[in-house]
Amino acid sequence: MSAAPADLPDRGGLNADVLSADARREALALLGLCSPGIVLVGIIIVLPIGWLFWLSLFDETGMLSGANYARVVEQASYVRTFITTFEVAFIVTGLCVLLGYPLAYMLSQLPRRAASICLIFVILPFWTSVLVRTYAWLVILQRKGLLNTWLMDLGVISQPLPLAHNFTGVLIGMTHILLPFLVLPLYASMKAIDADYLRAAMNLGAPPTATFWQIFFPLSLPGLAAGVVIVFILCLGFFVTPALMGGGKVIMWAMRMEQTTSLYSNWGAGSALGVVLLAVTLGLLGVFRWLLGARATSAWGAR
Amino acid sequence: MNDDLGLPISHGRRLWLYTVGALVLLFLIVPSLIIVPMSFSGSTLLQFPPESWSLRWYEAYFQSVEWRDATIVSLKAAVLTTMVATPIGVAAAYALNSGALRLAGFINAVLTASLIIPVILIGIGTFFLYARIGLNNTLTGLVLAHTVQALPLVVLTVLSGFRSYDMNQERVARSLGAGRLAAFWQVTVPQIRFSIVSGALFAFITSFDEVVVSLFISGGETTTLTRRMFSALRDQIDPTIAAISTCLILLSVVLFSAAQLFGRKR
Repeated sequence: MSAAPADLPDRGGLNADVLSADARREALALLGLCSPGIVLVGIIIVLPIGWLFWLSLFDETGMLSGANYARVVEQASYVRTFITTFEVAFIVTGLCVLLGYPLAYMLSQLPRRAASICLIFVILPFWTSVLVRTYAWLVILQRKGLLNTWLMDLGVISQPLPLAHNFTGVLIGMTHILLPFLVLPLYASMKAIDADYLRAAMNLGAPPTATFWQIFFPLSLPGLAAGVVIVFILCLGFFVTPALMGGGKVIMWAMRMEQTTSLYSNWGAGSALGVVLLAVTLGLLGVFRWLLGARATSAWGAR
Repeated sequence: MNDDLGLPISHGRRLWLYTVGALVLLFLIVPSLIIVPMSFSGSTLLQFPPESWSLRWYEAYFQSVEWRDATIVSLKAAVLTTMVATPIGVAAAYALNSGALRLAGFINAVLTASLIIPVILIGIGTFFLYARIGLNNTLTGLVLAHTVQALPLVVLTVLSGFRSYDMNQERVARSLGAGRLAAFWQVTVPQIRFSIVSGALFAFITSFDEVVVSLFISGGETTTLTRRMFSALRDQIDPTIAAISTCLILLSVVLFSAAQLFGRKR
């Protein structure tokens, strides 16, 4: 392996050429090992998306124009889609934080054995089909579903509540599917918090509430931010749950893309939607990296 | 933090936290579990608990040619995806782990791109591409698209396996005269085999459960189970789907347990 000779102190002279040639060969061989994966990703993902981007630059008459992008901003139905999408994304992310933070906090405070048993319930849904979980919510929430039947049998309500095939259904279904994406990074960052900080704070007389808010909570923020960004980004491009639980009334970004391309065969407009979605996704990730990078370094410097 | 936090907070004062946490855990797990008893219902109505029990919905599943064909297509695609994605992913992880690779960060980003790019865009893109090269509604097209989606999981799982393995062992074997492939196969693979198996299981379930891309590129004789389920859920909620869902839940529990078992041995 080339790394081993390269680690030796440089003796200058005779072997340098041979060693560098060897290192080049080694790097080439390693690149060769990666190449099947790179070629496959290039053909199946990069090429079509680049092609779609190219298409989005031309209008129906084949002229180079920004018409597809102008329509995305101007046409009322598209604007409504964006508003719905961001509305859903904000509410679902908020719900995930509200439900996920206490859960991750509890998991981080439990003894290891209990925590790993509880973690199974967080990770198992990852392995369960999104369709199965969406189906389960449809069964529970629809007009003649379990919840409405039970509530009516108990006499709590006289009319079935509209819980599925609308906005509420989309929110419940998406929160359920995206919650683990928030809990797992948050839990990992909470486990990394040094308990000595908390002991020190309490030793110095801070009550538990103050210790939590002034020490634990700020230290858990990077993990929370990571989870929030992941959930938000996944919300923006989510397709299955809104398509099945929205009852055709909640049109989100991905559904609009599907309709524009499959139903109306308008590839230019659909591609423009896709390009903007990708740009927003990558932009959010970039901002997050930049912010967290700054935070991490500042925290490091303060120590 | 270790088992005993040593913080002067009693479990009693934490009761509210445990209650909220337990409720959220129930929210995560109960909906899927409710499906299981309902799939054994004797009536066409979805009731919980069912008033009568039967296997009629399982019979409906296994006797329907459409559902059976779709299941076979999904299984074929998942097995082939696993067989393609695992070696490609292991090779890439090996190269990325060596540290001698230029542009390693960039290559890592390319290989894991499908985790970040919205799935709907991958679906529309592959459909558009396949329409031109005649791969729509073919098993080959399905396997290629699923491989790209499974690749990041294999690469990341195997990379984390490499982290607890000392590459010097392979160097020792080679300095003792073993060929490159022999050294990798006889020294390295046995020590990272559990993460390779976990990665392969990930690849299998990724392909088997994949919905969005399959909606675009599968159809006709290669309609996947997920695609057929999606259409069925749009039309009406038939208890047959409860039976299929129960089978899928069983499959995911088995695969998850296997992954946990192999993960622990690592």
